[in-house]
Amino acid sequence: MENKRKGPVVFSEIKSIDALKEALRIGRVGVLDVVRDSNLKGRGGAGFPAGVKWNLAASANDDKKYIVCNADEGEPGTFKDRVLLTEYTRLIFEGMIIAAYAIGAKKGFIYLRGEYRSIFPHLVNTMAEMRKENLLGDGILKNKDFSFDIEVRLGFGAYVCGEETALIESLEGNRGEPRNRPPFPVYTGYNGHPTVVNNVETLANIPHIILKGVKWFKSIGTEKSSGSKIISVSGDCKKPGVYEVPFGTTVKSILKIAAASDTKAVQVGGASGVCLPKSQFDRKIGFEDISTGGSIIIFNSKRDMLDAADNFLHFFQEESCGQCTPCREGIPVLIEGLELLKRGECDKKYLDDLLSLAETMQLASKCGLGQSAPNMFVSVVDNFKSEYKLSKNTRKENLFHG
Amino acid sequence: MTKICSVEKKIRSEGKDLILCDETRSELLPILRRVQDRKGYISDKDMQEIADRLGIHPVEVYSVVTFYSFLNYEKQGSTVIRVSNCISNLLAGSKKVLREFEKELKIKSGQTTKDKKITLKETSCIGMCDKAPAIMVNDKLVGNVTPKKVQQVIKGIRNGK
Repeated sequence: MENKRKGPVVFSEIKSIDALKEALRIGRVGVLDVVRDSNLKGRGGAGFPAGVKWNLAASANDDKKYIVCNADEGEPGTFKDRVLLTEYTRLIFEGMIIAAYAIGAKKGFIYLRGEYRSIFPHLVNTMAEMRKENLLGDGILKNKDFSFDIEVRLGFGAYVCGEETALIESLEGNRGEPRNRPPFPVYTGYNGHPTVVNNVETLANIPHIILKGVKWFKSIGTEKSSGSKIISVSGDCKKPGVYEVPFGTTVKSILKIAAASDTKAVQVGGASGVCLPKSQFDRKIGFEDISTGGSIIIFNSKRDMLDAADNFLHFFQEESCGQCTPCREGIPVLIEGLELLKRGECDKKYLDDLLSLAETMQLASKCGLGQSAPNMFVSVVDNFKSEYKLSKNTRKENLFHG
Repeated sequence: MTKICSVEKKIRSEGKDLILCDETRSELLPILRRVQDRKGYISDKDMQEIADRLGIHPVEVYSVVTFYSFLNYEKQGSTVIRVSNCISNLLAGSKKVLREFEKELKIKSGQTTKDKKITLKETSCIGMCDKAPAIMVNDKLVGNVTPKKVQQVIKGIRNGK
């Protein structure tokens, strides 16, 4: 692979196919053990251990199993998967093939977001090449009992389909509405069969881990967050782009990499993440501190944080599937509350009501979208008190108290 | 109607020849994509036809079409311009870009030009925040579209590039 990018794990050097050969050498159980021991956690944002998913799916008793590569990168401010899919295509496919081998899947899907349709031909061409090289199709690398192939499916601009159960619904030809969990997709996923859904970046980590070993992988990052994170940096900075950093990197050093100055706030984790003020720039990227799907949006001192929160809430209103009440009904109330806050007409009591509504949404929404929709609102209210003024007059009409 | 299913089977029922999709429900989205690629949108009649062939109720097809923002049930211009309105793009001035498009095309966001050539829309993050302001011209991602470049983009579309 010829790439100019440099990084500790995914962007480090690796020879194509070596990892797959190694996986076939150590066998299914060997691969499952390595991935479990590596403590590799899902890179989409939720951070569920990949090894657990794989082991559960592998032990499930079914003749049809599926591996799905989640390339529905919809979080505002993330574009790392666009870069990975374009520049590290074979690495991702290799990760999928290894996953399929480990869990016993014969078919895989790449769920590519509609916005990235221009990458579709590139993926199909690469797959065709790999079929010729006996890396996809029947009897992979002359292993009679290992057949696997991949189909690319396109999404149609629905953010919620990045949620794994919604993604499976979409694959099945339904509206992309999240399912109740449990049961988890590892038991009843695509068409009721065990399905492992992994983020693009998670799969790109696999070949490196298999080839270079658990010890090497664990030496990067922190104790609880092994390895690295690929971040997408955008906003008010001189060098926006995709960078790979080890877990434990501070927000401050990311700002340095991106050549940002005069920074007032950093939004980590996109619309569903948290907004950090200057006083918290020493916090670290990692599952034990600030977990993120990789989106870093930088705001300079001229920006209005209430406007930013407004943009995110409208985004969630647009993207909410409307299934569950806390999300569907909560978001418009927060938008209205934010308007009052902007105009200085929101009093302390009503703000408390709004914050308790936000908590209800975080606890009671069905999927990650609704649970994280109020995050930015709460962040701005808590961290940027100087940006708004509370009204001293108590509102006569109150949503909750009539 | 032209072929919409990649695998078809013919059956005879009540004295009529019927063509059905020899595919399951999970093929619905790829089928919708094929129809939209050909016509630019999915009409009521298409939905009825697809439903018949898959053996599901047309309302189910309608519910899917209306769920996804990239599936259209109304006629579109032959080119659809989508301006990203995510926060990174707003920081880079995407609202000005949108206004410029509106001014140049003499339409509002969400509308189609009189000659039915161009539809202007706003959309959530398109994953081009490092090259903001960014837009989509049909399936193509175009980065660094400043208000000054708007004319050039429109010219390119009108000249069939």
